[in-house]
Amino acid sequence: MALAEEVLQIVQQAARREGLRRVHALWLEIGQLASVEPEAMRFCFEAVARDSVAAGARLEIVATAGRAWCETCAESVALAALGEACPHCGGYRLRVTGGTQMRVQQMEAE
Amino acid sequence: MPMCSTCGCETGEVLIADGNREHAQLHASGVPHGHDHDAAGAHAHGHARMLRIEQDILAKNDAYAARNRKALAERGILALNLVSAPGAGKTALLVKTIRLLGEGYPICVIEGDQQTSNDAERIRATGVAAVQINTGKGCHLDAHMVGHALARLDPPQHGILMIENVGNLVCPAAFDLGEACKVVVLSVTEGEDKPLKYPDMFRRASLMLLSKIDLLPHLDFDLGCCVDNAHRTNPDLAVIGVSAHTGEGIAEWLDWLAQRAQRARAAGCDTAPASAHGAAGPGLPLERSRSA
Repeated sequence: MALAEEVLQIVQQAARREGLRRVHALWLEIGQLASVEPEAMRFCFEAVARDSVAAGARLEIVATAGRAWCETCAESVALAALGEACPHCGGYRLRVTGGTQMRVQQMEAE
Repeated sequence: MPMCSTCGCETGEVLIADGNREHAQLHASGVPHGHDHDAAGAHAHGHARMLRIEQDILAKNDAYAARNRKALAERGILALNLVSAPGAGKTALLVKTIRLLGEGYPICVIEGDQQTSNDAERIRATGVAAVQINTGKGCHLDAHMVGHALARLDPPQHGILMIENVGNLVCPAAFDLGEACKVVVLSVTEGEDKPLKYPDMFRRASLMLLSKIDLLPHLDFDLGCCVDNAHRTNPDLAVIGVSAHTGEGIAEWLDWLAQRAQRARAAGCDTAPASAHGAAGPGLPLERSRSA
């Protein structure tokens, strides 16, 4: 809910700056390891955006893949979720390197 | 509806109280705030268009956090963000820590709870300064609220600032407050799999305090399994078992704390501009005039 409110504030600021009165769609980039459920974000955003410039706006969520550096393998590996093992060696000496971002990319508005 | 520009709270919902001024309201205190309003520009264009934004969702919070962090560093203060599920024993642990830490490190506390000032009162009973933030419906502290609380607290140079977050292992993980590091408290009365259920929090913490370990003989809790789970999410996580009740493990925790506080002091001496030294140094971002 808190993150949805942050998103709404970014959208409201952009709308005010650009003199836009209605946001039709919004693109969010949410990393696979950002610990944000896309469905929860949709639900919360719909709730917080009610009565705002973004009321009823369509939310497009672009997922970026999780990556980690495996110290054991000494290479970059795909990681689908935090707490999962290295897909090559099965170990957990992993340092997350990508897929934690949460960004507002763009919006369609008039 | 007017919203606070960082925390999204409705106007007047967040309360910050230092025990001297009763429940003074953040938004009623004359602090200038940026407030968002729902009505965008009035002129219509009629055609939808794409607008690139490319902004981190937490960019505003992170900017406040950076300001807090810089100000704390300039004063050589070690700031810790204490996080846990509700009831893990953060406040009891803090009270014990304050009693045993002694005079060497001036300590002060920011307490975060949705309601009541009970925890700040427990801290003040030990003789140290504490500011209570009531987040209302909010489930976490953010850097903006902490900035205001710091202005009230005016933490002493070369001390330790403990920020006790709202009991919640989800949202507080995402909101940087400007702390040196997060300390996650997990009580042995909870499940061993909590680090796997809430991996983001454990990934972002530097230390896990396993609390209430005096209860271990009465429980099925598998300590080794819990630590393994925590290390799956964060291989570098330090772990100390503690009991605020018996004092077990507290010496090790105080050592950890003292080492970090020493480092913060040394760094503060290296980097602080001359003006930031002294008890009322202007280094904190926290003066009202700069809080907008």
